[in-house]
Amino acid sequence: MTRTGLFSTIPEDHRDRLMDLGRDVAFPAGARIFEEGSKADRFWVLHTGAVALDLHVPGRRPAVVETIGAGELLGWSWVCPPRQWHLGAEAVSPVRAWEFDAQEVLRLCEHDPALDHALLTYVVGTIGHRLRSARTRLLDLYGPYGSGEPR
Amino acid sequence: MTAIPLPYRVVETRPETADTVTVRLEPVHEALPPFAPGRFAMVYAFGVGEAPVSVAGILPDGGLLHTVRAAGAVSRALCALAPGAVVGMRGPFGTGWDLPLAAGDDLLVVAGGIGLAPLRPLVQAVLAAPQGHGRLNVLIGARTPDDLLYRGELDGWARPYCGITVDRPGAGWRGRVGVVTTLLDEALFSPAGTTAFVCGPEIMIRATARDLLHRGLAPDRILVSLERNMHCATGHCGHCQLGPLLLCRDGPVVGYERAEPLLSVREL
Amino acid sequence: MGTATTDSACVLDRDGLDALVRVLRARGRTVVGPTQRDGAIVLAELESAAELPYGWGVELEGGHYRVIRRDDEAAFAHSAGPQSWKNFLLPQRVRQWTADRGPDGELTVRPERHDPASYAFLGVRPCDLRAIAIQDRVLTGGRHKDDAYRARRDGAFLIAVECTEPGATCFCVSMGTGPAAGPGYDIAMTEVLDGAGHRFLARAGTAEGADVLAELPHRAADPATRTAAHEAVDAAAGRMGRTMPPVDLRALLAGTLDAERWNDVASRCLTCGNCTMACPTCFCTTTEDVTDLTGDHAERWSRWESCYDLDFSHLSGAGPVRASGRSRYRQWMTHKLGTWHDQFGSSGCVGCGRCIVWCPVAIDITEEAHALHQEALDKDSPS
Repeated sequence: MTRTGLFSTIPEDHRDRLMDLGRDVAFPAGARIFEEGSKADRFWVLHTGAVALDLHVPGRRPAVVETIGAGELLGWSWVCPPRQWHLGAEAVSPVRAWEFDAQEVLRLCEHDPALDHALLTYVVGTIGHRLRSARTRLLDLYGPYGSGEPR
Repeated sequence: MTAIPLPYRVVETRPETADTVTVRLEPVHEALPPFAPGRFAMVYAFGVGEAPVSVAGILPDGGLLHTVRAAGAVSRALCALAPGAVVGMRGPFGTGWDLPLAAGDDLLVVAGGIGLAPLRPLVQAVLAAPQGHGRLNVLIGARTPDDLLYRGELDGWARPYCGITVDRPGAGWRGRVGVVTTLLDEALFSPAGTTAFVCGPEIMIRATARDLLHRGLAPDRILVSLERNMHCATGHCGHCQLGPLLLCRDGPVVGYERAEPLLSVREL
Repeated sequence: MGTATTDSACVLDRDGLDALVRVLRARGRTVVGPTQRDGAIVLAELESAAELPYGWGVELEGGHYRVIRRDDEAAFAHSAGPQSWKNFLLPQRVRQWTADRGPDGELTVRPERHDPASYAFLGVRPCDLRAIAIQDRVLTGGRHKDDAYRARRDGAFLIAVECTEPGATCFCVSMGTGPAAGPGYDIAMTEVLDGAGHRFLARAGTAEGADVLAELPHRAADPATRTAAHEAVDAAAGRMGRTMPPVDLRALLAGTLDAERWNDVASRCLTCGNCTMACPTCFCTTTEDVTDLTGDHAERWSRWESCYDLDFSHLSGAGPVRASGRSRYRQWMTHKLGTWHDQFGSSGCVGCGRCIVWCPVAIDITEEAHALHQEALDKDSPS
C-alpha cells in the first residue's frame, strides 16, 4: 500500500464521509498502542513514524514480527470476530495517525455498500501484502543457504 | 588480464558478520585494468579454485575491496585469508551498473543480504559526484541486525534516505522489521525520473522489480544483478547461461526488460 | 564455394591422395582422418592414405550405428562418426596454467605454452567444416579469446570432402551447412566413382592449399568429372534422412519453453550427456584445480562438461538451477537451435545427426523440433 493507500482506493464522496469519522492522534515513541488479546475496536492510518507489531512471549521481551510505516493501515482485527488484537503494537518513533472508531465505521458501511466494499478491498489488500511478505521472509532468503538446500 | 591470474596481496581483512569478510587487495606487481561498480573479478584461492566476486570497493591506488561470504569451498578459503596472503585475480568481467543511464534521475539502490556488496562502489560513486543525479535512496534488507554489512558507513549514505529493515530483529533493535520493499514508502523519488539498482536473492529481485513497476518505473530503468554458476568468466565455458544471456558477458547487470521474461521461466 | 575458383580445380586419383598424405606429413603436419577401427569409422592419425576406410559405409539410425561393407571402394562414403574435430581442436582435458607458492607466500602463475601439433584434417565433412567455424566464433570471436584453441586452430590445415552419401540421420540441408562445402577449407574435394574411374575433384581455398595441390600428381579438371561431382553432391542434397520443420527455429524454441513436449522427451531422456559429447559444436567445459602432495604446486585444468550434469548449473548455497531432466534437455536443445543465435550469431546445430545416432534411447532432435512445431500450431488454432 502506498502512502495514500486508503484515500486513493476509496471513491471520493465515500472517502469524505469516512474521513469525517477520523481524528488526528499522536503517540510518543515507546507508547503501547494496543495489546495482544484486548478488544479490537479501532484502527489507524499512519501519517508519520513507525509502529512495531509484536507477539507476547512469556518470560521474554515481546518478539517484533513486523514494523509498519507511513501510509499503512494499523489494525484489521476489528473486521471480523473475535475482534481481538492478535498482536501488540508499539510506537517505535513518534507517530501521528488518523484514528477511526471501528463501530462507527461499520455502522456507516451498513448503509453504504460501496464504501463497505472499497474499505474491505483495502483491508484485504493490506492483509494479502503482509501475508506475502511474511511468506517471503519464511524462506530466509538472506540466510546461510539462501532459498535452497544446503549442500 | 582475462586468462591468467595476477597475484594480489591481502593487505587487510575486516569481518563484517559471522560469515562474511571484506578483504582489501593490492597488486603484488602488475594491476588489472580498472574496475567499475557492478563488475566482478575471478578470485583464486591457491589450490582450491576460483570464485566470481563483485568488486565492493575501488581504491584510488589500484587496490580493490571484495566482500566474501563463506558459502562454498573457495569462498570459505577466501574468508579465512590473513593479511599477507596472496590470491590470484582475473578481471574485470561483466557489465557494470550503468550510472550514466541514470544521469539527472532520482536513484533507488535496493540491496538484499550480501547483495549490498556490489552496490557499495555505486553508492560511493554517486556520493563522490552528487551533482550528477537527483536524490539518492539506499534501501537495505538484512536477515538480522548482526548480518548488516558496512555498518559504520551507512549513516553517510542518506542523501537523503538510507533505510534498513531486517527479517528477524534481535533484542534491542529499534528499526524496521519486514521485507525491503516496505521501505519504498519512505524513499523519496519521482517514479517517472528514477533509476533503480537492485541486487540480492532472485526472489527479492523479482519482488522488488514488481513493486517498482507497479509504482511506475520503466522496466529498462530497473537494473538488476543476476547470479549463475561461473567458471571461465570469458564466455567460453557455457555455465552462466540464462536463456539467451551469457551472464559473465551480458550480465551480471541486466535491465529488467530483458531479465523479467527469463526469470519467469522455471529452471531456465 | 569458398575463395577457390573453378579454374584452379584439378583431378587427383588414389595415388594423388597417397601423395597428399605424404606431402602433408613431409611438411611436418600430423594428418588426421577417418579410418575403420573397432567397428566404427573413427578419426585418427593417418600414416598413409591407405588407412582411409576404402569400401566402408555406415548404417545409421536413432541409437544405432554400424559399419557396412560397400559394393565400391569409396573412401568417403560414410557420414559422421562418434568423434568430431573438436576432439583435436578442443581436447577433452587441457591444462590452462600452473601456479607455485613460494616460502614467503608469493604466487607465481605460469601460462601454459601453446605449441600444439600442426594438424591436417583430411575428410572434413561440410557440416563439420561449419561446426569448426561455429566453435571458432564461440572461442575466439568475442571480446575474450581462448588462446590455446586459437593456436591449435591456426595451425590446422583443413581438407573438406563434400558429402555424396548422406546418412539416415543427416539433415545438413535443413541447417544450410551441406552437402556442398562452405567456406573455410584449405582444399575441398569431391569423390567421384563411376565408369571413368575412382577420382577426386579438388580445388584450393587458400594459397597454402594451392601450394599443396601443386605438389601432387594431378591433371586438369575435365568437364565430365566436374559434372559427375556436381551431380553427386546435388543428389546427396535430395537424400537427407531427416529434416527440420521449415520454420524459424530460433523463434520456435523461444516460444515453446512451456511446451508439453518437454515432459514427453524428459520421460525418455537419461540425461547421460552423450549428445553433448558427440556434438561437434558443444563447447562447454568446467575447471578443475589440483595441487600436488607438497601443496605448493597447483594446476588449473579445463575439461569437457555437459549441461546435462546436475552440477552444471549449481549455485553456491542454492543448489542446481536446472534440477529436472526436463529443464536440462530443454536447455540443450533451446541453446543449440535457438539462443545460440543470440549468443554467437548463428545456429549451434549443423545437421550432422550425431546426437541422434549416439543417444542410447534414440531421442531425435528433428523429431522433437517437429513435435514442438506441431504443438505450437495446435495451440494457435485450437480445433
